[in-house]
Amino acid sequence: MSAPVVVADGVRKRFGDVEVLKGIDLTVHSGEVMCIIGPSGSGKSTFLRCINALEMVDGGRLFVQGQLVGCRADASGELYRLNDREVAKCRQHIGMVFQRFNLFPHMTALQNVIEAPTRVAGRDRSRARTDGMEMLRRVGLADRADAYPRDLSGGQQQRVAIARALAMEPELMLFDEPTSALDPELVGDVLDVMRQLAHSGMTMVVVTHEMGFAREVGDSLVFFDDGAVVEAGHPGDVINHPQHQRTQDFLARVS
Amino acid sequence: MLLLAVAMLANSLVTNAAWDWPLVWRFLFARTVLHGLLLTLEFTVFAMAIGIALGIVVAVMRMSGNPIVSGVAWAYAWFFRGTPVLVQIIFWSFVGALYPYLSLGIPFGHEFVFFNSNQLIPVYVGVVLGLGLNEAAYMSEIVRAGILSVDHGQSEAAAALGMQHRLVMRRIVLPQAMRIIIPPTGNETISMLKTTSLASVVAVTELFKAVQQIYGANYKYIPLLVVASLWYLLVTSVLSIGQHYIEKRFSRGVTVRPVGGRAR
Ligand SMILES: Nc1ncnc2c1ncn2[C@@H]1O[C@H](COP(=O)(O)OP(=O)(O)OP(=O)(O)O)[C@@H](O)[C@H]1O
Ligand SMILES: [Mg+2]
Repeated sequence: MSAPVVVADGVRKRFGDVEVLKGIDLTVHSGEVMCIIGPSGSGKSTFLRCINALEMVDGGRLFVQGQLVGCRADASGELYRLNDREVAKCRQHIGMVFQRFNLFPHMTALQNVIEAPTRVAGRDRSRARTDGMEMLRRVGLADRADAYPRDLSGGQQQRVAIARALAMEPELMLFDEPTSALDPELVGDVLDVMRQLAHSGMTMVVVTHEMGFAREVGDSLVFFDDGAVVEAGHPGDVINHPQHQRTQDFLARVS
Repeated sequence: MLLLAVAMLANSLVTNAAWDWPLVWRFLFARTVLHGLLLTLEFTVFAMAIGIALGIVVAVMRMSGNPIVSGVAWAYAWFFRGTPVLVQIIFWSFVGALYPYLSLGIPFGHEFVFFNSNQLIPVYVGVVLGLGLNEAAYMSEIVRAGILSVDHGQSEAAAALGMQHRLVMRRIVLPQAMRIIIPPTGNETISMLKTTSLASVVAVTELFKAVQQIYGANYKYIPLLVVASLWYLLVTSVLSIGQHYIEKRFSRGVTVRPVGGRAR
């Protein structure tokens, strides 16, 4: 593994009086698939959202591809918030997949996929359509290009959402419990697409409760509890030989 | 019973000479009436255009994180909803009459440059402003409700794709908000059409003032009020049909099913 894509250095985040992230230290390398597990409310989603500046960190430093997230430091080290345009530019290189898909319901599957390439990246419409169809083919949905989201199953919607994120040619993909809202029989299709993506060398951070996926596809596994990293390491080691009591308790509950 | 009542009503409508249908028919297409109708339509279109455009701006401002921006938007809605539209129409037409050159700074102002010497033009602008600014206050609430009805996950997903705030609003949030915004906007337009009759108090010969002038001369009150009502009814009917088609257009992805039906 090579250059770090994400570096978290003592990342803190609070909502009002509640500190949700209490100093997270993590590094995700290029091509790495990092899975994050942990109980509800432990701050997994918040951490993921910090990575693409949907939330602003309050303390510590968070870098993506060597750039501070959402801020810029001047010569004296003073931090400035990036404006809307600059933040948007950074997000173009980071794909995100949500638990509840969040497809645009007024657009067909293909329109969902080509919206950002044409409107944000300024790509030519016909090229975007060709590329978009290729993306849909990759997730096995070329035949559903003209369907509206409400006419797709949850699993199909999530695969379109993955295609939509990939269409921007991201260098990093974030997944926030991508299969948690799916009927059990539809989970497999989505995991297959993610596995294929991992094998293609994509850098991925995946919040998930799918221990099988974490063990098989993940390069590293991180256990979050109460806003902190309790344990991190090779998935097999963490799952089979958890060092901390809290990790053991959590694993006993999910498996 | 009901049938009987309807029959009696119909009978009296046809036989009672006070209705004077031939007269109604004659004045329905009188030049003054048609000219008044045109003015009424212009007021409705321009006032709604200002109302919708400004209403969207005020709604977006209202939801801004900046307390000054949202405060200004709140104050706007507070002021214009809290004062009678009649007062505002009179106020703006006075301002218009006092400062005829004000019209230069107003949307579609270039049209009025030629007419600047004509006293009526500023009054016209005053009426449009009075109606439009008032409407914007109501429209902002309608637009805001529409925007709030869109799941927050939508703007998040769009932002995560690298879309800027304005683009997210224009491409993702507002099109979905339209479903909520259009029905009350249709009602507002229909209501606006009728509210334009208030312009009759500032000596603008719109539809209602036109029939007032005619019955002021010939004392045929009822037939001429029928003339005005028929036109109002016709236009509101056309508007309702238009509303239906626009609603259909914006329900894409919500009710429309592609051929092939639901998967799995
Ligand atoms: N926008 C917000 N405002 C206030 N509190 C928030 C906000 N977002 C998250 N929180 C709180 O922060 C804590 C961590 O939330 P987070 O969503 O990161 O947890 P999670 O590990 O993803 O949990 P889950 O498994 O349920 O998704 C929770 O207590 C949550 O209530
Ligand atoms: Mg979560």
